[in-house]
Amino acid sequence: MNRNLIIGTTLTAVFITLAVWSFVWIPYDIESLDIANKLQTPNSAYLLGTDHFGRDILSMIMMGARTSIAVAFVAVGIGMALGIPLGLLAAARHGSLLDEVIMRGNDLVFAFPSLVIAILITAVFGASATNAIIAIGIFNIPVFARLTRGAALPLWERDFILAARVCGKSAARISVEHILPNITNLMIVQGTIQFSLGILAEAALSYIGLGAQPPTASWGRMLADAQTLVSIAPHTALVPGFAILLMVLGLNLMGDGLRDWLDPRIRVART
Amino acid sequence: MTYTRTGLTAALAFCATTALAQDSITVAIQLEPPNLDPTGGAAQAIDSVLYANVFEGLTRFDADGAIIRGLAQSWDISDDGLVYTFNLAAGVTFHDGTTMDAEDVKFSLDRARAEDSTNAQKALFEGITDVTVVEPLVVQITLTQPNGNFLFNLAWGDAVIVAPESIDTIASNPIGTGPFTFTDWVQGDRLELTRNPDYWGPAPALASATFRFIADPTAAFAAVMAEDVDAFIGFPAPENLPQFEADPRFQVLVGNTEGETILSTNNKMPPFDDVLVRQAVAHAIDRQAIIDGAMFGLGTPIGTHFAPHHPDYVDLLGNSPYDPERAKELLAEAGFADGFTTTLKLPPPSYARRGGEIIASQLREVGIETEISNVEWAQWIEDVFTNKDFGLSIVSHTEPMDIGIYANPDYYFQYDNPAFQTLMETLNATTDPATRSDLLAQAQTIISEDYVNGYLFELAVATVAKAEIEGLWVNQPTAAVDLTGVSWAN
Repeated sequence: MNRNLIIGTTLTAVFITLAVWSFVWIPYDIESLDIANKLQTPNSAYLLGTDHFGRDILSMIMMGARTSIAVAFVAVGIGMALGIPLGLLAAARHGSLLDEVIMRGNDLVFAFPSLVIAILITAVFGASATNAIIAIGIFNIPVFARLTRGAALPLWERDFILAARVCGKSAARISVEHILPNITNLMIVQGTIQFSLGILAEAALSYIGLGAQPPTASWGRMLADAQTLVSIAPHTALVPGFAILLMVLGLNLMGDGLRDWLDPRIRVART
Repeated sequence: MTYTRTGLTAALAFCATTALAQDSITVAIQLEPPNLDPTGGAAQAIDSVLYANVFEGLTRFDADGAIIRGLAQSWDISDDGLVYTFNLAAGVTFHDGTTMDAEDVKFSLDRARAEDSTNAQKALFEGITDVTVVEPLVVQITLTQPNGNFLFNLAWGDAVIVAPESIDTIASNPIGTGPFTFTDWVQGDRLELTRNPDYWGPAPALASATFRFIADPTAAFAAVMAEDVDAFIGFPAPENLPQFEADPRFQVLVGNTEGETILSTNNKMPPFDDVLVRQAVAHAIDRQAIIDGAMFGLGTPIGTHFAPHHPDYVDLLGNSPYDPERAKELLAEAGFADGFTTTLKLPPPSYARRGGEIIASQLREVGIETEISNVEWAQWIEDVFTNKDFGLSIVSHTEPMDIGIYANPDYYFQYDNPAFQTLMETLNATTDPATRSDLLAQAQTIISEDYVNGYLFELAVATVAKAEIEGLWVNQPTAAVDLTGVSWAN
């Protein structure tokens, strides 16, 4: 274990705990507003203060963590579920027309700035958390497809694959039984990084009003709402800002730590 | 090197001019006009920039909303109320040098009421049968029936006098008779006006004025704080006003507008076609919470579609006090004991976006679930206003005296009540002030008791200006930033 991994995992675990905990209990109901108690600074009743509608910011952060994590998790899931098979297929049929089609299709998706296309998708199909998930998910596909293909290609040259082929295993079986287990580490690391990007993308979409719609809590929209309040109630912007920062930092540190920890070469070099 | 030096000298010269003269002003408003033809476009921003500054009508609004003389210096109304004779001011010229006379008045009014007219408020000119030039400076207007609102109608920005010589380019180069001439418009950035040296009336104190367009509340706050603008009319973030009030550099003026902010309800869409459901919604709404939460206390609660500062306003708040229990009972009576789900489409202003979240929460308390969707203005016009594809929406109706929209069954909230329509026809044909007051009171009561829309509050307008500026309008009887009386104290 290394320090990055410990710090990163701890930070991530804190937010995941908050999100899970929110299913059981939150300090205050965030769907009923309490205008009389608006813009309170952090105090013993409201640990992180209240926002412009008198909602408890700690409760909002907990519910927002749920939204962020759910969106990022499903988006990365979409990316992996479609990207990895595409990458394996391209690697198995290396050099064929199919390989070309898959990889050029990926280039096409890569060619567009992801946020612009996400805005386009939500503008056409309406702003909602589901559409944000789809938009972010689509952009995870080529990431995983490329990585899978890149990692799988050298494996295909290895002797144990040759042995498997001599045994008469089909390309599909080899991909699943021999290639996939050998690239899992990479996928986990990349998944963690993509997860943090997904959190950022969700916050960005919500900030411009295209993510989860009210009353669903979202860190990005909390930031947008706090925009004009920064000078009179800084905590309304600082709290969600730090939540995004810490969550993304945690995931990135965790990704780095995992890479070091899982990569056999680095591990061998260290021992 | 030379370039740098010239630039520096220019910059210094510029600083010196602004420091000494103080006869120019930079005014910010939220929205940029889409074009510059007040007689052809519906956008309020056109009037904000041009009304009274560049264009004038026969009559005009003053700062308190009263109707005063404009280009018409006096008028006679025939005993039957059908013929208005206007005596025009002498020596008035348009900014292109052509003279303004009765022919121009005839041209302007005939153009506005023509079949193919694109005037956004054509109803203002309904009932005009004839515009006759009697003498070069005397014009006679004949009506089909007496119209107690006629002088008021002529004061609107949509009824200003334009010249046939410049009408083709009015949308990009407006030529009026006002105290300021249009100089330049850098789209997306600013619009400049210069004092008209040949103005027929008293010369304004300001030599030039620049309008800037800042829609984003955060940018608006920054622009005023950094003194990039001298005044912001219609400041979009009420939460920041206390900071300006506490700052000796600024003054904050809070005035009333003609903006009835309502929870627009689609009266033809089930279940809102049932008056019990609409009444339930009205009782579910806590107006004060919306005013405090969305507007930080700015705004006056209303119980009907009428401006509370108007002498004919009737206080009908008693028809719809905040009473969630009563709302639940009414819903049960209407057959929606378990509530229902509807849409709530919100345009960009914070009264709608924030107010919408508060209303959604209040409706949820009585069992009505709302699906909030935030829409841009263009989409709102298409979905809500044109296609009537909405359950609920929030919008401020800023036109003065616009209760007449309830007589139009095709208007977007689709209220169709023949009794009300007849009442409005009677009202339009009535000139006696006492009878008019009475009819207006009846009209307000009908729509309040029919719970046509959720009546929320009268929008307030906040102006933040440098402390030395004098003569800005506090209230907004019509969309206008009248600079004629504005000056610097020092």
